[in-house]
Amino acid sequence: MTGPPLTVQADVAVIGAGPAGLTAAIGLRRLGVGVVVLEREAEAGGIPRITHHTGYGLRDLHRMMTGPAYAERLVQGAVDAGADLRIGAMVTDWSGDRSVMVTSPEGRWRLSAQAIVLATGARERPRSARLVPGDRPAGVLTTGMLQDVVHGGRAVSGGSIGSRAVVVGAELVSWSAVLTLREAGCRAVLMTTEHERIEAPAALVWAGRSVPGLPVSRRTRVTRIMGRHRVEAVELTRLDTGQTRTFACDTVIFTGDWIPDSELARAGGLDMDPGHRGPVVDGALRTSAHGVFGAGNLLHPVDTADVAALDGRHVAGQVARFLEGGTGPQAATRVLPGAGFAWVSPGLLRPADPPPRERLLLWATEHRSAPRVVVRQGDRVLRRRLVPWPASPGRVFRLPWSVLAGVHPEAGDVTIGLG
Amino acid sequence: MSAAEPALVDVAVIGGGVVGCAVARELAGFDVSVALIEARGDVGDATSKANTAILHTGFDAVPGSLEARLVARGYALLGDYAKATRIPVEGTGAVLVAWTDEERGSLESLRQKAIANGYLDCEILASEAVYALVPHLGPGVLAGLTVPGESIICPWTTTLAYATEALARGATLMLGTRVTGVSVADDVTTLATTRGLVRARWVVNAAGMGADVIDRMYGFDRFTVVPRRGELIVFDKQARPLADCIVLPVPSSRGKGVLVSPTIYGNVMLGPTSENLADREDTSTTAAGMEFLLGKGRAIMPSLLEEEVTAAYAGLRAATEHGDYVVDVDADRRYLLIGGIRSTGLTASMALAEHAGLQLAGAGLALAPRVGLPPVPVLPNIGEAFPRPYQRADLIESDPEYGAIVCFCERVTRGEIRDALRSPIPPCDVDGLRRRTRATMGRCQGFACGADVESALHATDLA
Repeated sequence: MTGPPLTVQADVAVIGAGPAGLTAAIGLRRLGVGVVVLEREAEAGGIPRITHHTGYGLRDLHRMMTGPAYAERLVQGAVDAGADLRIGAMVTDWSGDRSVMVTSPEGRWRLSAQAIVLATGARERPRSARLVPGDRPAGVLTTGMLQDVVHGGRAVSGGSIGSRAVVVGAELVSWSAVLTLREAGCRAVLMTTEHERIEAPAALVWAGRSVPGLPVSRRTRVTRIMGRHRVEAVELTRLDTGQTRTFACDTVIFTGDWIPDSELARAGGLDMDPGHRGPVVDGALRTSAHGVFGAGNLLHPVDTADVAALDGRHVAGQVARFLEGGTGPQAATRVLPGAGFAWVSPGLLRPADPPPRERLLLWATEHRSAPRVVVRQGDRVLRRRLVPWPASPGRVFRLPWSVLAGVHPEAGDVTIGLG
Repeated sequence: MSAAEPALVDVAVIGGGVVGCAVARELAGFDVSVALIEARGDVGDATSKANTAILHTGFDAVPGSLEARLVARGYALLGDYAKATRIPVEGTGAVLVAWTDEERGSLESLRQKAIANGYLDCEILASEAVYALVPHLGPGVLAGLTVPGESIICPWTTTLAYATEALARGATLMLGTRVTGVSVADDVTTLATTRGLVRARWVVNAAGMGADVIDRMYGFDRFTVVPRRGELIVFDKQARPLADCIVLPVPSSRGKGVLVSPTIYGNVMLGPTSENLADREDTSTTAAGMEFLLGKGRAIMPSLLEEEVTAAYAGLRAATEHGDYVVDVDADRRYLLIGGIRSTGLTASMALAEHAGLQLAGAGLALAPRVGLPPVPVLPNIGEAFPRPYQRADLIESDPEYGAIVCFCERVTRGEIRDALRSPIPPCDVDGLRRRTRATMGRCQGFACGADVESALHATDLA
């Protein structure tokens, strides 16, 4: 038995086998392009793999599936399409413009490609990154860790999951945490959010409501964790009054507050977006490095899995076009978040390159039930549009790409804000 | 592990922190039997684990003090020992940065102090030279003082190396064993512990945070340990290029100030705070402490604050009313106190152990060199600046487990976790595994690998 050669050559290297990476690989194979997909986890599929509730596959596969079924289908699809899928293979460094160093049980090797697609996804900020002070007891988890423990079927020595949980955050993923807790025999006794409103997808509101007596504390922050060995309580602070109270619990789940896994992008010297902290891309999902593309929640932390997958489908065509050569991209105009938004993705506009699904993705910092969107370029207001769907912190706000019609390529940065 | 209750040992060392482990290692190098008694489930699990992790030159110690002498000597001893055992050390150097006229004014006297301590390499820099050295410092730097010899070191591997070598030399390690009483007879001292009686001819008190409690069991009332909490914030590895050397504050009337330091694991650390507490086990962080540190950090290095925080934690230092180390032998009762060891104790540890040996010998403990000592142990490298298993094609080829990365943020492999669990002093919990491998200490704090790591630990519980 021999290990792989020191250098593996591929037309395209896709880094990350979640919905975006796998869908990109399927798309590339259908276009006849050779693909190696690298996944650092022991199993491919990404986050849906450990998310057991339903609601996956709507926009990309036009059906409703559970997370694991969805993940399995994408993995099988990539394998069937002929993608060379390597699991347990972690990219640790760049070793050239389009070449990376990989560690896997097979060895330490180099993967060189004509093009690279970064699809490394996003993670939830853990307690420490949120600067929540207090003791450091067992029983403080993120949703990801919770789901890995519960659905990975792993025994937990420290008894991470107790019987009374506070769920921090009221985003889509927070409801997923509530359901997972219930499966683990742990009751969510309180949900907290710093915002005015809670967010929940239709499919989950029903399920969440079926959890009896889950109160939600709005405009509330967890300001301290108490318990020497195991969580005993949290301190809750009302943002508007500064009033604090102690709330007894033995488990705290920090949900949402996503940040892209963008370390590789940054190590490659790509232009980074200060808003979402992933790489800046244009509508073709090109990064600032020649031949390096992005896809999925690395670029917009986080939208739903199907939207990430459709990034993958989109980028496959763009990469294939890149491999065929042809003319380079046009001049680009930066698209920046204005009032009421934290980021816009893609952050670069090239009129010839519409973004995936011809939509711009934004992250709102305040709630508006009928937001008025204002597009400006320099001093000029290009467009005011009343949008009939809400903008809300905790879920991606989508706008049709057409709001950027009329942008002048040489008139400077464009901002999209709430009026 | 070793027998829980040795019949009679020549020396019992109370305290498995960096100092106690160094003392046990030192004494086990002689022809005496040694028991190392630690209240917690692991060595280096209290004060020693949350150290600022600097290998100090001792440039700013009080000239003529025991601390000054032992830090300078310990710097050389530990430097050499680190090379032999592969404890990671990086010679980053340090610069003291003056932000006020008062601070600038005191640089020269600090330089003179360094000279008085036998450290001759300090140099005063003008503002531009300081910025050339650390370009990301905030505006307002007036001057600086370099200390090229200051280095960063892994405090966890250091303690573990001492304990591992002590064991290899025949010492007995008694973990989870808290000393609750002392009874001194003519030839033998009996220690009552939570795991039964321990009989020893000589006793060394290196109990750190509990040293005054043990000392009072001997009837002394010489000092009181006041736990001084130091909160620290550790920034993401992506911040590491911002701080290539240790940025130290100049002591002034504004207080001690905080430092910004690269860590041996490739992060950047900001801290510590300094706050006296009553509770000897309160290692919680506070909103006020974090706010204070972030405020300081914003002034020292604004771009640091744009990076993600990986961890925030607090350590307790065993402060006493004495300005110096207290190493004092009671020959009649065959008892040695090593107290008042501040954060410099990591650097001084081997010199303290050497000093302790001399004190004990002077008081009548026969210390004949032991023949046939085992070779110095080589510890697994967890320093970022040195090759780690995931980077080593040769190692992965010989054992694919070194190619199976489990903790992605810190790039810890299954092989390393296995090795730690099979090592002479295996970890008893996730914290202990983290101190041996770095597993789960990264930016995701276990999002990706926490469950894997817990199940690995659990698997060995059952084994």
